[in-house]
Amino acid sequence: MKYLASMIVALFIAVSVSAGIIRVGSKHTHKTVRAGINAAAAGDTVSVDQGHYRERNLVINKRITLKGNNRPILDGESKYEIISVFTSGVTIEGFKLIHSGVSSLEDLSGIKVSNSSHVTIRNNILEDTFFGIYIQNGSNSRIINNQLRGTSLEEQRSGNGIHCWKSENMHIARNSISGHRDGIYFEFVKNSVILKNTAANNLRYGLHFMFSNDDSYLDNVFRNNGSGVSVMYSKRIKMLSNHFEENWGDAAYGILLKEISDGTMEGNYFTKNTSAIYMEGANRISMKQNTFKDNGWALKIQANCMDVVLERNNFIGNTFDVGTNGSLVLNTFRNNYWDKYEGYDLNKDKIGDIPFRPVSMYSVIVEKFPVAMILFRTFITTLLDKTEKILPSLTPENLKDNEPLMHRAF
Amino acid sequence: MIIVKNISKQFGKLKALNNISTSCNKGECIALIGPNGSGKTTLIKCILGMVLPDSGTLTFNGKDISGDWQYRSKIGYMPQIGRYPDNMSIGQVLNMMTDIRSPETVLDEDLVRAFSIDKLLDKRMRTLSGGTVQKVSAALAFMFNPEVLILDEPTAGLDPIASELFKEKILAEKEKGKLVLITSHILSDLDDLVSRVIYMQEGSLIFHKSIEELRRDTGEERLVKSIAQVMAMNYE
Amino acid sequence: MNKIVKYVITDILRNRIIIIYTLFLLASALTVFSLEDNSSKGLLSLLNIILIVVPLVSIIFSTIYVYNSAEFIELLVSQPLRRKSIWLSIFTGLASSLALAFFIGAGIPILLYQANMIGLTMILSGTVLSVIFVAIALLSAVQTRDKAKGIGAAIMLWLYFSLLFDGLVLFLLFQFSDYPLEKPMIGISALNPIDLTRILILLQLDVSAMMGYTGAVFKDFFGTYPGLVFSCAVLLLWIALPIWLSTKKFKSKDL
Repeated sequence: MKYLASMIVALFIAVSVSAGIIRVGSKHTHKTVRAGINAAAAGDTVSVDQGHYRERNLVINKRITLKGNNRPILDGESKYEIISVFTSGVTIEGFKLIHSGVSSLEDLSGIKVSNSSHVTIRNNILEDTFFGIYIQNGSNSRIINNQLRGTSLEEQRSGNGIHCWKSENMHIARNSISGHRDGIYFEFVKNSVILKNTAANNLRYGLHFMFSNDDSYLDNVFRNNGSGVSVMYSKRIKMLSNHFEENWGDAAYGILLKEISDGTMEGNYFTKNTSAIYMEGANRISMKQNTFKDNGWALKIQANCMDVVLERNNFIGNTFDVGTNGSLVLNTFRNNYWDKYEGYDLNKDKIGDIPFRPVSMYSVIVEKFPVAMILFRTFITTLLDKTEKILPSLTPENLKDNEPLMHRAF
Repeated sequence: MIIVKNISKQFGKLKALNNISTSCNKGECIALIGPNGSGKTTLIKCILGMVLPDSGTLTFNGKDISGDWQYRSKIGYMPQIGRYPDNMSIGQVLNMMTDIRSPETVLDEDLVRAFSIDKLLDKRMRTLSGGTVQKVSAALAFMFNPEVLILDEPTAGLDPIASELFKEKILAEKEKGKLVLITSHILSDLDDLVSRVIYMQEGSLIFHKSIEELRRDTGEERLVKSIAQVMAMNYE
Repeated sequence: MNKIVKYVITDILRNRIIIIYTLFLLASALTVFSLEDNSSKGLLSLLNIILIVVPLVSIIFSTIYVYNSAEFIELLVSQPLRRKSIWLSIFTGLASSLALAFFIGAGIPILLYQANMIGLTMILSGTVLSVIFVAIALLSAVQTRDKAKGIGAAIMLWLYFSLLFDGLVLFLLFQFSDYPLEKPMIGISALNPIDLTRILILLQLDVSAMMGYTGAVFKDFFGTYPGLVFSCAVLLLWIALPIWLSTKKFKSKDL
């Protein structure tokens, strides 16, 4: 045992001792990054001085750290993929990558990492890249504190900001992504964490999430993306303390949940979205302590959702609280605060004595005849809503919160 | 001064004025007499431009009045029932009318003083009795030294003393050469004022005579009696 | 003309009803803002007041005022004044008093609690609606001498604009739901000033919901510069047209 430990220590010392620094810049022997990388051995650091480097496609296939001082620029001249990583343990930090080539066939990227693990990409700026950071078949890698700004105006000619495919144990934190097709794209990614990122003004989704299980995303901000956030065909997702804001449009959702099961959504803020949450085929989702404020629809829940539990959420200033397409209700609403609740609390237990029906008649009408929106808040529709409250006929009988809170849940 | 030519006016089925022609001149005091509904007030309103005749022309000082409004600054009009904004005081009403008419001459406030209106200036219009309102109307009609005075049933609501003061004022104005047009059904009131009589019935002008002619034709000294005789004749 | 306006306004401002109306607006506005825990809910309650109470009071008050001032109007007509300026003065007087009452009663609380685009749109809408319904009231009042008939007509007009019209539109909407109705709806909304102002407020108040497909069509229209110009033009037309017609009628009216 002792022998083994000393072996490891010896190995570690050997590695650190052998780690050399190779400097690249106009004042050094290595004028180009490519030359620096060629000269480096595994474990070395290639330290690049400030400058504008046009290196075509940089291929990294040894375990090195590529480090920029004062953010040197790597220019892809709109033709090339800027950095391609093919080996594990690589670190890329402190660069500014601009103008990658555009090709939907090859998915040209700012940094593409293939079949590698323990890769760290941090503190970089990527501008006008087709795909930003592209990970395929990766694991245990970290993408931290990068700024990605796409410039394309149409969906077809733009790639994703941070794109992960068939990976696991990824850690994606404190990045900001804008102007890409999808801000963050996950497909077949397991056990990963998306933390404190900001995805705003992307053309399609802020976060696009498919066939990815056991992931969590926390404290992210998704603002004003073309279609909001989409989470589909995934299991056991934890979504905590995220902000979904200003996702406007008919097909834009704060978050679209499709064929999701066993998820948890807690402490999220949904503000000013056309539809804050759209749920289709969602099962066993627990939604607690979320805030829905100033949305068009706080929740659109299709009849094929089951066992969704909404508890202790705040619904404030939404045009419609809940919209649905059928009369089947297999979901539970409990102890939520609804600002439209007009009931009373005689026994002073802070829980309203009569149930609250969050589906208004007019939301049902608008669901069927969208044009009817133009008559919203007229005298006649208010009358219809009031009548419906007394004698429910169009709205689902069982969709109600039997114990609505009198005051905000938190 | 005022020339009425072939004026007709129809209210629905009722023929209020039927082809009326007449003329009124300076210095005359004309009584416009006739039973209720004979068209007296309608004729006056035509002259004032409040009712627009269906056909015929009206000239004032040689100018056609249709479409004109300035000529009214030369007319003082006292309506049958005067109504003023409820919430205004008498003083405010007087000021308002002065303001609207912006007269170039000195105000004639004889009646204001004679009726002691100047002591009621703070009273709100809605608190006034009918008689007091009439006094205000009368005072307003005379206030701006108009060339023509049109008085619709002027003595109806006035007490005898006020009535007497009022008649004196009319006489005085007539002496100044103004045209005074009075409608009244209390005939005796007019006896000593009137110089000419227009008699109307069912929208038609039956006659327009000077008081002397009328006396001669009917043989009666008093206006009341002569008119009564005319009426009786027309009823037959 | 200015003189008459001045007197009409002083007369109206001394009227008890207008003072009660102002106090009512003030009380309801302050209540909704202080009772509701968020001011956007207060705005919603105020919206109903603006869309229902303001037109009602404006049209009924103006109608009654015109009938009650029949003799005063006669007096004015017998004076050396243009009929047109008398009528326009009455309109101006009524419109500015009711607009002022609205501004004091509802506008100031809105400015205190909601000094933003929504609040501003609401104040403008309420003011414009006050003026429009004075114009409509004058048009209906000039048609008949019968006070009872006139007030009845005013109530019917209010009912039509605030309830029946929308019922009709809802009916049409269901009947022709297979057709694309978004664009015709914009035209139809121009036929009712209450609807037009409501949509303008809605675009501020329920902006998130209005960004859905249908709403977006409206937003794309009313939210843009030409759309705004269109709405303003239509609203002005709703003032100008009744006033023009009623002035024409008043000029040839027998008093």
